[in-house]
Amino acid sequence: MDTYGRTLPTLLLLLISLLTTSTQLYAEITTGDPELDALFTEYLDARSAQRAEVLERLATLERDDVRPLLQGILDGNIMVEKKTSRVVRVIKRGRQYELTTLLGNEELGTVKKRALKRLPLNNSLRSHLRALIAGLGLGSVNKQERLEAVNALMKKPDSIATELLDNYLDRETDLEVITLLRTVQARQFLSSGDPAKRLEGLATLESDLGSASRRAIANLADNDSDESVRDAATLVRLQQTRRVKLYGYVETLFFGLSLGSVLVLAAIGLAITFGVMGVINMAHGELIMLGAYSSWAVQQLLPESLTTALILAVPIAFLVAGIAGILIERLVIRYLYGRPLETLLATFGISLILQQAVRTLVSPQNVAVANPPFMSGVVEINSVLSLTLNRLWILAFCLLVFMALLQLLKRTRFGLEVRAVAANRGMARALGVRSSRIDSLTFGLGAGIAGIAGVALSQLTNVGPNLGQAYIVDSFMVVVFGGVGNLWGTLIGGMTLGIANKFLEPWAGAILAKILVLVFLILFIQKRPRGLFPQRGRAAESH
Amino acid sequence: MNTRAFGSSSTAAQVVSAPSRRFPTTAIFVFVLTCLLIAVPLLHGLPGAHPLHISTYAITLLGKYLSYAVLAVSVDLVWGYLGILSLGHAAFFALGGYAMGMYLMRQIGSRGVYGNPDLPDFMVFLNWDSLPWYWFGFDHFGFAALMILLVPGLLAFVFGWLAFRSRVNGVYLSIITQAMTYALMLAFFRNEMGFGGNNGLTDFRDLLGFNLRSDNVRVGLFLASGITLLFTYLLCDYILRSRLGRVATAIRDAEDRTRFLGYRVEKFKLALFVLSAMIAGVAGALYVPQTGIINPGEFAPLNSIEVVVWVAIGGRGTLYGAVLGAIGINYAKTWFTGAYPEAWLFALGTLFVVVTLLLPRGLAGMFSNIRGRNKE
Repeated sequence: MDTYGRTLPTLLLLLISLLTTSTQLYAEITTGDPELDALFTEYLDARSAQRAEVLERLATLERDDVRPLLQGILDGNIMVEKKTSRVVRVIKRGRQYELTTLLGNEELGTVKKRALKRLPLNNSLRSHLRALIAGLGLGSVNKQERLEAVNALMKKPDSIATELLDNYLDRETDLEVITLLRTVQARQFLSSGDPAKRLEGLATLESDLGSASRRAIANLADNDSDESVRDAATLVRLQQTRRVKLYGYVETLFFGLSLGSVLVLAAIGLAITFGVMGVINMAHGELIMLGAYSSWAVQQLLPESLTTALILAVPIAFLVAGIAGILIERLVIRYLYGRPLETLLATFGISLILQQAVRTLVSPQNVAVANPPFMSGVVEINSVLSLTLNRLWILAFCLLVFMALLQLLKRTRFGLEVRAVAANRGMARALGVRSSRIDSLTFGLGAGIAGIAGVALSQLTNVGPNLGQAYIVDSFMVVVFGGVGNLWGTLIGGMTLGIANKFLEPWAGAILAKILVLVFLILFIQKRPRGLFPQRGRAAESH
Repeated sequence: MNTRAFGSSSTAAQVVSAPSRRFPTTAIFVFVLTCLLIAVPLLHGLPGAHPLHISTYAITLLGKYLSYAVLAVSVDLVWGYLGILSLGHAAFFALGGYAMGMYLMRQIGSRGVYGNPDLPDFMVFLNWDSLPWYWFGFDHFGFAALMILLVPGLLAFVFGWLAFRSRVNGVYLSIITQAMTYALMLAFFRNEMGFGGNNGLTDFRDLLGFNLRSDNVRVGLFLASGITLLFTYLLCDYILRSRLGRVATAIRDAEDRTRFLGYRVEKFKLALFVLSAMIAGVAGALYVPQTGIINPGEFAPLNSIEVVVWVAIGGRGTLYGAVLGAIGINYAKTWFTGAYPEAWLFALGTLFVVVTLLLPRGLAGMFSNIRGRNKE
């Protein structure tokens, strides 16, 4: 009993002395500048709730180096050296920390981590710091920095003082920045006490579809104390919801067109061999795969310049797949003309051989093909609609290939001969067209385009030995749906199937959408056995 | 020389027509198969060290080959004799297999991992609280057996009725049958379908009260496959010798002409297509208890095409050719995937090409050529 009576006060004393020494540790903080000395001391001594206010005072100091200071605190590069109570900048080198003075760039040697103390910081202080830095960034001469600053403010519009914002708005000359600043200002208006200001804010924000603005407006519509503001907000919310929905459709349409462009690219070579020559080429998918692997191989050879590699890959893939196609035609298919079912089996055998060849020679695993810089990234139309660049490029590429092919078949001597052989082989031969040569070249053309499709696909999906298999059923569906009469059928067929797939997806799920499209196609074939654009005339009978 | 001449011919008309009367292939086939069915269980009974002993593993393998042979006969029936190249027969096979698998699942009862007497394990895993309606009745073998015939038959009926009525034929028909099996594969991969999703149905215990893992049941399944093959063969042979078979051959060789002679081509096609699908379903039902698993991979388009290749290599248009092709290729596959796993696809692919180019009538065609030459 007695021992306890004596130890308890002793413990308390010890505790008190410990606490006092820990506060005293920062009593004589030095930074090299009296103004900062006071602020840093206050920051360290303050409760965490008051630290935000200290930071704000730091931010409003009339100094040039406020931003780097705030940034340093945010990044944790500014610490306190325990022994000297000096505030220093630190750079981590392995396990050592190099110290420099806070203001001058005087080197102070290296110390261990133990010798340093971090400035206390928590998540809410961090976001506060970011907003403060953003506010300061508005004063930058660099437009990019100002844009970044205003975008950061968009997340926390109330972190900048209203007068300060007005000040920046008056000084700003760039239209893009002004628009964004006005949005920030309008967001501030929404939380103002004056109903007229809130209405003004609403009017400005009507065109802004960002999720934060929409949330703020929804909040106003539900909870505002003033009825006219509530009504106005409800109206704006309704209009915005409608527009968001519309942009949603636009986005789905874009995804559909993108999928369609892939399908068209994959199917268009097939449309030539199947449509023009009546040959079923089950190895078509593997020719696409060869193209994709060519794209990979070129990239392996030119790893530094991805753009050049991709541009070079297009003709190379065309040649590789085209030559493979001509070989297939010369060695196998030419002996099977007129026997489509046998052709189907033989080309399927070739597809198995090509798949296994890639597995054995390259790798059974997928290989990685990088996107060149011009294809990565997004085009942001507005805050709810952004289009990925690679899909946009591939859509354009698909149309380009399609037009080129159409012109080739329509305007050139070769195209004329291809069409002549397709329409009436005997007559074409009688008129001096070397039909067997045309067969080889047509098949090579179809195969080459499959190769080009492979390059495009390598930018969208994984490149692996099974790449071809994934597209062969779809490509056949496109050709059968579009009809073998002309290439337009393939374009329209592919795009329709792509869009239908994407519009069904949110409603039914990805796999079910695909199944529904397949079932629809099977039923469609019943009604129009020869597709959307059937081949007419005498040639139709021969297939 | 002779085969090369066929290689350049332009229609299927010259593929051997209905089984030859001069040469008793059916009798020979029945004899050989019966001998096999008697010899294999006897050899299995020999002591394990005996050089002629056949292990349980080999018997199960043989049983699987025989069920594949049944499937090959069903494909040959429509392709070799009716001229319909179906790239979707794996779907009928797998549907029959799933019907059998559902019965076997129900037989597990409370012996599953979760010990739920009413629900198969995967449904417990997905937190389902009751059986979906389409699982009812599958605890009775009779009902399951009926479904093994009805489900593939019904699908073939609907699909064939739609396709033949609007005269979809040739390559178009092949492609949409492929789309059919592809769509079914995607559907069965979904967990929501209630067929075990990706993993399919497995972990079977017993069939009609017999333990599936015992040796005797394995031999029994082998015998069942063999007897089914025998009866299927005789049934097809009978049909093909009948008037129906003659009309079928006529449709294959000159569809329009047959139609102009007054035959309702669609009806003949539909009848044989449905029969073929049912046989394929039975083959699947025999296959599943022997492998112990059925999953959506069985629907893969590649499987259907592989069956077509067995028939092509064995010789389309002859029933024994189909059986020979199925057993021969599958034996080769087992051997290759064991010895040279890399080379199997090369070998299979080369077979596709070589057979279509050089042996358009398959091995059976080669035999009948040799026979013809001997007679001369």
